[in-house]
Amino acid sequence: MDHDLVDPPLLSMPDAELLSRLRDGDEGAFEHIVTAWSPMMLRMARSFVSTQPSAEEVVQDTWLAVIRGLDAFEGRSLLRTWVLGILHNIARTRGAREARSVPWSSIAGDEESALDPSRFEAPGGPWARHWTDDGAPRPWQPSPDALVIASEIRRLLATALARLPEQQRTVVSMRDVSGLSSDEVCDALGITAANQRVLLHRGRTKLRAELEHYYHGHDSRGG
Amino acid sequence: MTVGERSPVELVCQDLVALLTDYLEGSCDATTTQLLDSHLDGCPDCREYVAQMKAMIEQVGYVPLETLSPGTQQSLVEAFRDFHQSPRPTAP
Repeated sequence: MDHDLVDPPLLSMPDAELLSRLRDGDEGAFEHIVTAWSPMMLRMARSFVSTQPSAEEVVQDTWLAVIRGLDAFEGRSLLRTWVLGILHNIARTRGAREARSVPWSSIAGDEESALDPSRFEAPGGPWARHWTDDGAPRPWQPSPDALVIASEIRRLLATALARLPEQQRTVVSMRDVSGLSSDEVCDALGITAANQRVLLHRGRTKLRAELEHYYHGHDSRGG
Repeated sequence: MTVGERSPVELVCQDLVALLTDYLEGSCDATTTQLLDSHLDGCPDCREYVAQMKAMIEQVGYVPLETLSPGTQQSLVEAFRDFHQSPRPTAP
């Protein structure tokens, strides 16, 4: 993942120093965290509210609250954790007001298995629940033109990510695109570790299946 | 596995696929992890599946996320500047 986006070199300084610069009015430091963290914040906000403009307002209001609250922040958690906590409160309040239909308090219970069960041998035989000959994953052969493939793959994954159900999309984005830890994501979204893993698993399984379809043209249901 | 079931003697391909995220997160218990490790040792198809999942995770890390509009970003920097330039009441 692009570590520079979440923790740009300027911000590899210890949190205490970052905080001190921000309190001193260092615009460069502020601009860097806005650039680094806003994409992830937008994605997270979007999962609480009904529209993209609403999500942008939530992120904007969050940063304004951060500006005002920096002096009083005691530094008992990481700055980013504190910022996401503010975002969580504002997003949840706005979401409740908009009567958004899928709150984070319930995990959308999809769902057929993301991977076609017919790719495994039926229970009961000696090879029960192993890959079938046809179902087993075949290696993905890279094309001779590696650069073309890389950008095609990324475009494909971007589209597939945007098509995931909202909660899966958010967890995969926060974990695998933005590089937050499992604990950070659970705290920020107010979900359990188990729920987070379920969403991450479903999202990743679908994305891998999309790539497989690209390479080998398997049934797009993920089989 | 639910309470009351005996632990399986082995875990196989369909289990690996279902448990892969837990496995990669390090959240499986020791027995499950051992069983999955041992299955992977003997199963090139599952090793391929794991490698593909890891390749996808690496690639998705490069997907660009939507950003704030430049105008919004600029107005936030200005708000920060204004806040730090104007005299603020000292805390009681």
